[in-house]
Amino acid sequence: MDIKLKVDASGLSCPLPILKASQAIKTVGSGELIEVVATDPGSVKDFAAWAGSTGNALVESDSANGKYRFVLRHK
Amino acid sequence: MNAVATAPVEQAAEGAVGGEPVVRDASEGAAATAPAAEGASEGAVKTKKLVIVDYSGELEKTWATLILASTAGAMEMETSVFITFWGLQTFVKDRKRITGENWMQKMMSFMQRPGVSHRKLSKMNFMGMGPWMMFKLAKQYNVASPKDLLEMAQAVGVKFIPCQMTMDMFGIKREDLIAGMEEPVGAATALQLMTEADSTLFI
Repeated sequence: MDIKLKVDASGLSCPLPILKASQAIKTVGSGELIEVVATDPGSVKDFAAWAGSTGNALVESDSANGKYRFVLRHK
Repeated sequence: MNAVATAPVEQAAEGAVGGEPVVRDASEGAAATAPAAEGASEGAVKTKKLVIVDYSGELEKTWATLILASTAGAMEMETSVFITFWGLQTFVKDRKRITGENWMQKMMSFMQRPGVSHRKLSKMNFMGMGPWMMFKLAKQYNVASPKDLLEMAQAVGVKFIPCQMTMDMFGIKREDLIAGMEEPVGAATALQLMTEADSTLFI
């Protein structure tokens, strides 16, 4: 998987992980992937909602050791 | 499950040529499974409209307004914030101390300092002790300040629309307001925005 950009949103509270991700995804080309890591447990549902609203794809969503990792594809 | 979730979205994408279908299942589909979210991409999502009426101007409500506005902008919703009554004080430049022309207008701004960084809490203000603690806690928990959120909201294209009547009544001029505000409008335009929106909030 070719990740173009990694965004560390660890420690940030809502809505900053979403705001950072939405800024970051605009810097990569259409169809390209970014990875976001957050520690906000609310971000799991928030990233799914954000993907549904924007049409960008949530390709992967997993968690380990209190970190939540999201792979997003720019529409 | 997967097929069920993606089907309405794909149908909507095909139907988009003819009419304007409402894609209500898009977010649910995306929430259910990751592959469904992929199916929802490629511009199949209808742009939703949100209107927030920013009325109160109090710190905690201003914060809520700006969190929702910036996030809605990031979610690519067409977002407008109609700013009226005490809400307008938030959008006066931080460094502006007194606004207005006559003594009453000046007195009003003197009693309630304008600017996004000078909001007061509706309860537990305690002469500024409450807001000080709020900002301290926000910093500790990496919560963005209202000022940061306002800048981010403007960056993602949220429209901030001042109420003309409020500007007149408080004697607030265009040059008193922060940069990037829309043209001032009246209640009729605000109501038109609200009736055309998918959701309206009065804060």
